[in-house]
Amino acid sequence: MIGLELYLGVSAVLFVIGVLGVLIRKNAIVVFMCVELMLSAVNISLVAFSASMGDVHGMILVFFVLCVAAAEACVGLAIVIAIYRNNITADISKINLLRW
Amino acid sequence: METFFFVFVATFALGTALAMVLSKNTVNSALFLILHMLSVSGFYLSLNAQFLAVIQILVYAGAIMVLFLFVIMVLNMDEDEQIVTKVDFKQIFAVLVTVIVLAQLLYIVGNFTGALPDFSQQELMAIGTVEAIGDEMFTTFLLPFEATAILLTAAVVGAMLLAQKNVNVEDEIE
Repeated sequence: MIGLELYLGVSAVLFVIGVLGVLIRKNAIVVFMCVELMLSAVNISLVAFSASMGDVHGMILVFFVLCVAAAEACVGLAIVIAIYRNNITADISKINLLRW
Repeated sequence: METFFFVFVATFALGTALAMVLSKNTVNSALFLILHMLSVSGFYLSLNAQFLAVIQILVYAGAIMVLFLFVIMVLNMDEDEQIVTKVDFKQIFAVLVTVIVLAQLLYIVGNFTGALPDFSQQELMAIGTVEAIGDEMFTTFLLPFEATAILLTAAVVGAMLLAQKNVNVEDEIE
């Protein structure tokens, strides 16, 4: 059995890669994909805790996170399409109507 | 064998995640994310969470990523954006924030002392199955499960409303 620390470490590194992608990428769709990456990194640590404690509740939480991720991707991509239709760009650095 | 599998899956997951963030083409990013989801389901399998491994492939690689690829196809984004060629203050600050977050997370994980009690392998085998999860989900978590259905319906209706053409907001207000 691999230790819990290794799973948590891999999960932390994956989460940080997602954070890096959100911060440095300008394409809105890639930013969304990086958010999905962060969600799945958190899911890994939830399942690791759940398996090491012998408790099924963590896995049920992962199931609900998957549902919320699906809803979030659905609505988010609709917003990206709406923005693209009005501004002809998916570059989030050029969408600055509400920027201070 | 277990260690080899873990190292393989972890390397694959980290490599595909980095490739997704750093690849210039949007379609390549989406395909790398599909590979990443497959390796995450490998993690779930090595943790004896069979149900979640299947669900991960079905929902993420099968549904969400197909939606992403459709949107990329519809928007027809072919311009190559510059990622790291032009170094400016914001990029340096982003990398700095990332390093700080990584240091904090690894500090927390490194201080984890393994205080959790040992559970037998037999008990680990039993909790990830469809039977165990379904049993808990349809008794204790029945209300959140039904609320999830309402959430997904609301998301679908909202997405259709947002993405349709010719939204006449004034007509709806009057």
